[in-house]
Amino acid sequence: MKLARRDFLKSSAAIAAATAVGVAVPESLKAEAREAESGWTWDKAVCRFCGTGCGIMIATKDDKILAVKGDPLAPVNRGLNCIKGYFNAKIMYGADRLKKPLLRVDENGNFSKQGKFKAVSWQRAFDEMEKHMKSAMKELGPTGIGIFSSGQYTIMEGYAASKLMKAGFRSHNIDPNARHCMASAVVAFIQAFGIDEPAGNYDDMEITDTVVTWGANMAEMHPILWSRITENKLSHPDRTKVVNLSTYTNRTSDLADIEIIFKPNTDLAIWNYIAHEIVYNQPEAIDWDFVKKYTVFATGFVDIGYGMRTPDHPKFTDKEKETVKHEVAKKLTADEGKTLAYLGYKEGDVMEMKHRNKAVNHWIIQYEEFKKALKPYDLDTVANIAKGDPEESIEDFKKKLKALADLYIEKGRKVCSYWTMGFNQHTRGSWVNEQAYMVHLLLGKQSKPGDGAFSLTGQPSACGTAREVGTFAHRLPADMVVANAKHREISEKLWKVPAGTINPKVGSHLMKIHRDIEDGKIKFAWINVCNPYQNTANANHWIKAARQMDNFIVCSDGYPGISAKVSDLILPSAMIYEKWGAYGNAERRTQHWKQQVTPVGDAMPDVWQFVELAKRFKLKEVWGAQKVPGLKDGLPDVLEGAKEMGYSPEDTLYDVLFANEDAKKYAWPDPIGEGKINTESGGDKRKVKGSDGKPFEGYGFFIHKYIWEEYRKFGIGNGHDLADFDTYHHCRGLKWPVVDGKETLWRFNSEYDVYAKKADVGPFAFYGKALKKMPQGSISKPDMSKPKVDLANKAKIFFRPYMEAPEVPDKEYPYWMCTGRVLEHWHSGTMTMRVPELYRAVPEALCYIHPKDAADQGLTEGDLVWVESRRGRIKAHIETRGRNRVPRGLIYLPWFDEKVFVNKLCLDATCPMSKETDFKKCAVKITKA
Amino acid sequence: MVSRRKVIQRVLEGAVFVGGGGLIWGKSINASTKADYVLRPPGALKEKDFLKACIKCGQCVEVCPYDTLKLAEPGDGIANGTPFFEPRTIPCYLCTDMPCTDSCPSGALDLKNLSKEEEKPDILNSRMGLAVIHKESCLAYWGIRCEACYRACPLIDKAITLDYEVNKRTGMHAKLLPVVHSDVCTGCGVCEQACVAEKAAIFVLPLDKATGKVGDHYIKGWEKEDEKRINEEVEKADDDKDVKSAIDYLNDDDLIDD
Repeated sequence: MKLARRDFLKSSAAIAAATAVGVAVPESLKAEAREAESGWTWDKAVCRFCGTGCGIMIATKDDKILAVKGDPLAPVNRGLNCIKGYFNAKIMYGADRLKKPLLRVDENGNFSKQGKFKAVSWQRAFDEMEKHMKSAMKELGPTGIGIFSSGQYTIMEGYAASKLMKAGFRSHNIDPNARHCMASAVVAFIQAFGIDEPAGNYDDMEITDTVVTWGANMAEMHPILWSRITENKLSHPDRTKVVNLSTYTNRTSDLADIEIIFKPNTDLAIWNYIAHEIVYNQPEAIDWDFVKKYTVFATGFVDIGYGMRTPDHPKFTDKEKETVKHEVAKKLTADEGKTLAYLGYKEGDVMEMKHRNKAVNHWIIQYEEFKKALKPYDLDTVANIAKGDPEESIEDFKKKLKALADLYIEKGRKVCSYWTMGFNQHTRGSWVNEQAYMVHLLLGKQSKPGDGAFSLTGQPSACGTAREVGTFAHRLPADMVVANAKHREISEKLWKVPAGTINPKVGSHLMKIHRDIEDGKIKFAWINVCNPYQNTANANHWIKAARQMDNFIVCSDGYPGISAKVSDLILPSAMIYEKWGAYGNAERRTQHWKQQVTPVGDAMPDVWQFVELAKRFKLKEVWGAQKVPGLKDGLPDVLEGAKEMGYSPEDTLYDVLFANEDAKKYAWPDPIGEGKINTESGGDKRKVKGSDGKPFEGYGFFIHKYIWEEYRKFGIGNGHDLADFDTYHHCRGLKWPVVDGKETLWRFNSEYDVYAKKADVGPFAFYGKALKKMPQGSISKPDMSKPKVDLANKAKIFFRPYMEAPEVPDKEYPYWMCTGRVLEHWHSGTMTMRVPELYRAVPEALCYIHPKDAADQGLTEGDLVWVESRRGRIKAHIETRGRNRVPRGLIYLPWFDEKVFVNKLCLDATCPMSKETDFKKCAVKITKA
Repeated sequence: MVSRRKVIQRVLEGAVFVGGGGLIWGKSINASTKADYVLRPPGALKEKDFLKACIKCGQCVEVCPYDTLKLAEPGDGIANGTPFFEPRTIPCYLCTDMPCTDSCPSGALDLKNLSKEEEKPDILNSRMGLAVIHKESCLAYWGIRCEACYRACPLIDKAITLDYEVNKRTGMHAKLLPVVHSDVCTGCGVCEQACVAEKAAIFVLPLDKATGKVGDHYIKGWEKEDEKRINEEVEKADDDKDVKSAIDYLNDDDLIDD
């Protein structure tokens, strides 16, 4: 907050006078005066890191960030931060910030895939991008290009990228790293409720009586939220119970009343045990009024594979094929023999994966069928399937499972289930998300204050940008999807592009973009605000494809990481507080900030990079007829339609998509940005030589406000309402839907949610519109002869069985390997490993192993080992003590450290429904290095 | 009382003779205090005995796999040639096979110091020093979710535990407060290295610098074990001296003002 000029004079004069006569000055006045005299100003912003969405205040002086503080007014964190947040002031000032575009060139300065990086101008950078993009599109059509997008994009960046790709280039090959993070949660939200994102909000953490964490080490990964749960437990020690379910002991167990260590993948069995306990042993716990009025029962296919390519792919090694063969057929284990008996399978049968392409299909079933399918999941059976610590007694484990079920079931006890990557990164991730809703819905403990299943988001704007804007291969803004003609039509209208512009064929998801590059189907890829060559499983394949094949990879980044290293062109990006932006956190809270400082060097914001690239494409180059593999007639020529709309074929995508008449209505300067820099809209003091070689002076209109106001049209009136741009600059974020200036606390609950109230079907309404006309069927298959059921305002309770992971430990690879994060570092460490204090705190990723497993192998604490999977091997030091305590037979290796390149080991199997990779399980062996 | 000889010795340690016979004071004075805060390898004898026993052979430094141990050089302010470590730079990683202690030929580092009673030596019995927290500069005590020291501690949940306290200012968060337990802390200093404060808010001091001592005349009534502290050596009373002291007091006629 700036002091008004008059206040400033008043306070400095008062202090001068007071000092002269030795009068004590109140501390607050002193502080204000100091602030005014020293010339720094405070302004609100959001933490750069996780999905919690803590508010911060930033002090700037002389165009540099001096300090940050937690924002005492921010409802999420009330002035607190974790240590990543504590270092927000330092993350932009690492020694090796990228400051110039860098291109691989030969001795003559020509681009060469084998060349060394050399600084080039922005103009040259765009020349090269244009050339390589056009050549890829000429050869392969619009699907010959791809964008690795991000849950760390600002909302405006995500929108600009998405609009450029989907409406401009007519390609849906744009998919975010958020695919790796919450795609399974999305599938379950859409299938169960017909609309994405959680019903509840963070207030539940104070209200609830029971916190159950499933594959979520909240103590480290959502530090501030964990301190809220800790406060609840501390203030109500007798009432509040905490249960931590995990495959190893982590810091979240510190506070837990019950810790349940389960075998990887058996969370599926544990949920069904809870449901079994409800349905068979305590049916009076079922909230039948709620269930009958607001839900139906549903199920889907099980023979859906594991999201891998089929074993005939030429790039697989023989070792890889040992696992990949399960994509087409798998011999069922004894456990699967029991849990899949309802479909007629038994132990030893070979399941042919016949419904790999129908993984998302589902249909309505009757309660009796649902109940029958749950039959095998009694306590004894599930305890034997799920016990994860060989040294724990089965009796102890059973007691814990029973206690867990009882907590869920207890009448009047409020329960919240929280999960993150343990659930989502799972070859049956969509299922296990749906199982959480199964239990909460059966008990009527959903969408109420203190009651509900809540998917915690990893990234700062996985919700706000990736999901809400729809920077996915299959999505459009506001929960609309590419495959729906009506949704394409709505989008074309709002984007003011001709009918038929948007490609009806879903693009390649993140994993498939990598695979397409390896298959030569994509020859130009652009990396934005993510590090896909470090964060994708089975990395050796993708790195080879990028470096050794005929393609052109561009990486926009703040710092050089592995993705920059494998690229051909590197673009220096402005980082978070060097641009205007907005993020949306896990509780649907949208938070905006203003640009605080000029970007370093020649770095430019990503929005500018998209818009400048748009200048290089004329409508006639992209809106003529286009071939698209798998689309018989290709894409139609829409140039005629464009002419009718008043566009000329000579217009550029810049003219049409970004610098149009609507955009120019948003003038810059604007009172909301008084005294602030806006690099894209007004240029900045550097006058960076732009894509045309001339000093960039700004677009002359307020591009962020234009993007925001256009974007929010998608959501208004359909449950995704956002407030206008200026409103967010006067508050600490709002939880959507924001209707008549009011945010929504609990969705689907008529008391809190105007949309639920409007539906007028009682206290609840699951009003999401997607997948609400569904076929009926038996437990094993849909019956298309029966009419489809209209499920307006209803949620679905899914039955999903237990199945094993596609790769499990065996004699040769005897350990499960799980990967994840540590509190001190963010993702691949490109920012936090450059903060000296955080680097010193955790300089290296360690391989956590059980001391007895280490001893059996003749290893001692600190030994360097080879960790090897069927896909690659890496070196790491072992740790038998410390923060994570693994059971025998499992190791944990964090992935932030590029020198301990965990993704060379991981299997690129995904949930076949969500296409989200399972980073949590693969089989490895360990040998002394 | 400091003997005359010791005073001279201190002057010599703290000063450096420069050309022309003058004395300059400065760094070397700090250095002499530095010696009081030196941290020795695991299994070291008490400082006085250690200095007598150490033959400055450098074996322990040679075998240290992490380059934690260094030999003091002139200017370090630590007895020349003796091994020491500075945890903020490189802490002791508590090798389970104790190569440094094991390699000591002189007994200055002694595996016996790492054994409890008759048990096998265990690195976790080492007491190189004790970690101390300066709460005012500890982020966790501000309510920041840090606890980097706790998670870094090789004896997590034993040497450093977390205390929970409601953050009264926000009313909706808890503070997770690291607390060091001197009965377990080895003084390895991994916490000191991990601390993200500019100057570590948790740091290792030699045991005698970091510990207090209560009088033997008072025993915890709630802890049977504490009776071990009772000092059974009863001091012999000096009757004559006591009587004299009482009489002197009584005879001193000082109650009426002049």
